[in-house]
This record gives sequence, structure tokens and C-alpha cells, in this order.
Amino acid sequence: MSSRFERFALYLTVPAGLLVILLYALPILQVLGLSLTEGQGAIANYERLFTSRAVAGVVQTTLAVSISTTVITMVIAYVIAFGMIHMSDRQRKVALLMVSIPFWVSVLVRAFAWITILRSQGVLNSGLMSIGAITEPIQLVYNRVGVTIGMVHYMVPFAVLLLYANLTDIDRRVVQAARSLGARPVSVFLRVWLPMSLPGIAVASLFILVFSLGFLITPALLGGGRTLMIAEYISVQISNTGRWDLATSLSAALLIVVGLLLALALRSPAMRAAFGGSSK
Amino acid sequence: MSFLVVDSLTMTYGPLRALNDVSLTVKEGEFISLLGPSGSGKTTLLMSLAGFNKPTSGRILLDGQDIIAREPEDRDFGFVFQGYALFPHLSVSGNIAFPLKVRKWDAVRIRARVEEMLALVGLKSLADRKPRQLSGGQQQRVALARALSFGPRVLLLDEPLSALDRMLREQMQTELRRLHRETGVTFLYVTHDQQEALTMSDRIAVFEKGKIVEEGSPTRLFKSPTTRFVAEFLGENNFVKGSRANGVWQGFGTSFSLPEQRDSGEDAGSATLWLRPGDIGFGTGRDGDISFTAKVEDFVFGGTHNRLALRLRSGETFVASISADLVAEDALGKDLTFHARPEAVGVLR
Ligand SMILES: Nc1ncnc2c1ncn2[C@@H]1O[C@H](COP(=O)(O)OP(=O)(O)OP(=O)(O)O)[C@@H](O)[C@H]1O
Ligand SMILES: [Mg+2]
Repeated sequence: MSSRFERFALYLTVPAGLLVILLYALPILQVLGLSLTEGQGAIANYERLFTSRAVAGVVQTTLAVSISTTVITMVIAYVIAFGMIHMSDRQRKVALLMVSIPFWVSVLVRAFAWITILRSQGVLNSGLMSIGAITEPIQLVYNRVGVTIGMVHYMVPFAVLLLYANLTDIDRRVVQAARSLGARPVSVFLRVWLPMSLPGIAVASLFILVFSLGFLITPALLGGGRTLMIAEYISVQISNTGRWDLATSLSAALLIVVGLLLALALRSPAMRAAFGGSSK
Repeated sequence: MSFLVVDSLTMTYGPLRALNDVSLTVKEGEFISLLGPSGSGKTTLLMSLAGFNKPTSGRILLDGQDIIAREPEDRDFGFVFQGYALFPHLSVSGNIAFPLKVRKWDAVRIRARVEEMLALVGLKSLADRKPRQLSGGQQQRVALARALSFGPRVLLLDEPLSALDRMLREQMQTELRRLHRETGVTFLYVTHDQQEALTMSDRIAVFEKGKIVEEGSPTRLFKSPTTRFVAEFLGENNFVKGSRANGVWQGFGTSFSLPEQRDSGEDAGSATLWLRPGDIGFGTGRDGDISFTAKVEDFVFGGTHNRLALRLRSGETFVASISADLVAEDALGKDLTFHARPEAVGVLR
């Protein structure tokens, strides 16, 4: 199997591998190490994660925001991806371009753009007030609503691409078969499209959820310090209060939770098929 | 009133006429094969019948009503796809129950019908398996049971056996005949395998380049094709030049007369004669047979029948399939005498 070319190709991956180990694996190990040695030692550090009221609050906010982000993102992304597979080639190219534009705009810029739209004197509130739809500005930013809006906006393109890849893999003849068997559009969607795209939905949801749990910039800016999520909390512990013990043990805990989530997901055959590609 | 009528259907893809003025009348309960080479428009016709593509012009009448505008889900036509297209997330029973559920049958009736269909295709023991746990032949049966379960007006089949190996194919051919007999449903069966079409159908429509060039019973098409395309496409055939003067035919380097049903009764300066390899015998034959001399240019061992490549003095070549007892390898290179019954010779002009 290993022709000379294949071996050569393998060698080409060595620098990247070394970089990953050097810049990624080692620091993570260091964080794990610090979480065991800093402060009053391992047990005290990890015990605090379960007893501290502040940590409990942050975890609760993080879960709430991440889950609602995931759900909202998936609904929006499914609609877009489902639309895209039914477009003509031309329309689809345009749609793909629109979906990828956010990738080229910095997260920071996007967060500030949302602030100008959502804040009390922002575009949206003043617009609504000038047409008389509201009398008082609605609080859309520096709270969970704002954070969720910003995060959904960030996640939708990823979810669209993941779902689109999955939906295009679905054999269209199966859909035709359903129609020839008498299924009307709603039945076709509920009985064929939806169940057949479950693996894709699961993969995309997991991706978005994991991504959301560790999100930093968007929640920090759009939360305005009032909606505190784990990543920002950790960053505050390190740069403002110098609490390395809390920061590293919380980081380690987050890492473990995400790892467990992935491991659990990979136990389901659908997910394994989606990641492994094999077994039709 | 005719059951199903395809009336001058035309379907274009840009400059290409995938269907070019196709007309076909189908009787209820018939088994019709649509036979033709790749790209001749068979699938396009089937898709138009099922409602998946919209023909450019023409009509499709079911019981006298034009159904062109009807959506596929409103046509009640069963469709068996190449590659089966089973629902991967549903069990065998779930697949078969699908058309019944979307028709909102009650649960008891669905269960009874699914049982009945499982028995019909012999899959009772596999009812709870998923399609990916089935062999090709078993998936095929599920696809058939699913398409028949709701009592379709017509069953459309697009090369359903093409993915199976030869043994299984022959078995499924018998199975399909049986299903057709037992259900009484009208079958429209697309294939590019002429043997399949000949053995299975009540009637064959032969496609070439988007047109039906000829249609008729397998026997009629095989024994007296009126077009060169059909004479060549259905079964093996040889073609040589011939002519007729004063009621006597010239061809195969000899002269002979043809029986009335073969002969048009008119003289012709040039015509094409055909003679199937299996209808050629070794030796001079009996009185009234056409006998001619040809040189054996190639010899292929074939079990009970050997295949000889022959060359006439005129330079024309053709193939004969001769019983293995009569000629052996040593015939190669020799000038030998062969014969054929006059009824076996066909005329095309
Ligand atoms: N969607 C399409 N767009 C453009 N051309 C098409 C399309 N579908 C079919 N054609 C063309 O129409 C012609 C007939 O195709 P069709 O699929 O009906 O052939 P077929 O007889 O079923 O052949 P096969 O035995 O290979 O399945 C072909 O030349 C094909 O290339
Ligand atoms: Mg085809």
C-alpha cells in the first residue's frame, strides 16, 4: 500500500503535525498541569468549580445561550440549506457566495456592527420608534438576546455548509420514490427529508454547540460584561484577577465536557457514519 | 376506451429530442417492454409517465383523461427505480407501508396489506431488517412490494434487474412474471437487454433515438421485423445483399424462391436479406432448402453449438451457429456447404 509517493505525502504532514503538538497539545497539557498544581492544589481547585456561586451562574448562562444559539441556528440553517439544494446552479452559486461572505468579515467587526444595529439609539430601535411601532427602545444588546443574535449570526454559515453537504448526499431518487408512492410535499419533508438528514442535523448541532460553549469575543462584546460566558470568565480570571487556579481548572473542565460530548455522540451509528463516511 | 395512451409525446433537452413523437397504446394488464440502446429515451418516457418530467408536447391519457398536468403523487403509478431507491431509515415493513400511511389507511388494514405483500415477495422473515442489511435481490423484492402495495394503476420499472448477476437475474425474471400474473397490474418494463424483453413481455416497443421504431409481440418482432434496426437488435442476425427478378431471388451466391409470407411478390433490384446464425445448417439439407458454399474463416468453440465465421464468394461475411457434432476445428479454412430453410430468410428493403 505505501508507495513511495504515499510515503512522501506522509512526510509532508510532519511539519504541520509538529506545529500542532508544539502550539496546541503542549499548552493544553500545561493548562492541565497548572490546574493540578496552582493555588491550593488539584482537589481544592476542582471542588471550587462545584461550590462557587459565580461559576454556577456562568455555567448556567453558557448552557442557556449555547443551547438557544444551537437551536435557532439549526432552524435558520436548515431552511437555507434546504432552499439551496432546490435551486438552479446559478442561483446556488449566488446563495453560496452570500453564505460565505460573513467568513471574510472579522468577528470583531461583526460584533460592533450588531451593537450599532441593536443598541438603544441603534438603527433598529430608532427605526421602530420612528414608525411608531414602539415607544420605548427594546433592550436588544448587552444581554442574552444580544449575545444570542451575534452568535447565531456567526454560526449560521458553518451550519449551512455542514447541512448542505449532508443534504446533497441524499439520493434524490428516494425523494422521487416517495412522490411516486403518493406522498405530498409535507409528507415528503417529514417522512423522507427530515429523517434522512438527521445525521447531518446531529453533526451540525454538535459542532455549533461545542463551538458555542467556548465562544469568547462575541459574548464579551455583545454581553457588555453582564452576560458572562465561560470563555470570558476564564479570560477575566487570568488577565484581571490573576486567578490561574480557577482559570485553568475551569478550562480543563470545559475541555473534558466537550470531549465527553463528542465521545458520546460518536457512539451513535449515525454520527459515526457521518464522521467516518463508510457504512451506507 | 383504451386504458393508457401515449399520444405523440415529444420531450426536448435543448437541441436534443429525447422523445420524438412517441405514441403507444397500452391495454390493461399487459406486460410491455420498452427496449432500446442506451440513450434512446426509455427512461425519459417512463419519467414522463410517472410525472417527473414535463414533456414538451403530446398527451398521456389514462382511461381517456389527460394526466399530463397531474403531479406524480396524484397518478397512482408504481415506480421501481434502477438501484431501488428504498428508504434507508425504514425497515422492510416500513418501506412497504409507506404508500399506505401517506394514503391514511387505518393501522389494521395497513398491517394486513404489508403481511400480504411480504408473503407475495417471500420476505416474511426479513420484515424488520433495514435495506442496508439486505442483498440486492432482496432489496429488489422490497422495491416491488412497495410499489405494488397500494394497488397502482400501472407499474413502471426502469431496468430493475440490471444490477443483479446473471443467476439472480433469471430468477427475478421468473419472479416478475409471476407477480405480473398474480397481481394483474399493467407492467411497463424498461430494459436494454433484448433477451429479457423477448422472454418476459406480451409486447415490446423498440426505441431508437427517441422514437419507437417498431412494436409488436416478441414472436412477431423476432420472426418478421420490418426494420433493419429491429432485425439487428433483437437476437443475433446476418445481413446479405439480395435481389429479385421474375419471382426468383438471388443471394448467398445462389438462387432460390421464398415462401409467400416472406415474399412481397414484387421484383426488386436490391434488397437486404437476413438469416439468423441459428437457422443455418451444415450440409446440403433437404429438398427445397437454400444451399450455398462458404469458406470457414474462424471457428469458436461454444459447447453444444460452435460458431463459424463464414465468407461467401461475393465477399460478404456472416456467422453460423452449427451443432458441435457436425463441425470441428478442422473445418477452418475449408470451403463447405451450408443450408437454410427458405422460411428462415427474411427480406428488408
Ligand atoms: N436531464 C437531462 N438533461 C439533458 N439531457 C438529458 C436529460 N435526461 C436525459 N437526457 C438525454 O436524453 C436522452 C435519452 O435519455 P434516457 O435517459 O431516456 O435514455 P435511456 O434510453 O433510458 O438510456 P439508458 O439505457 O442508458 O438508461 C439521452 O441522450 C440523454 O443524454
Ligand atoms: Mg435509462
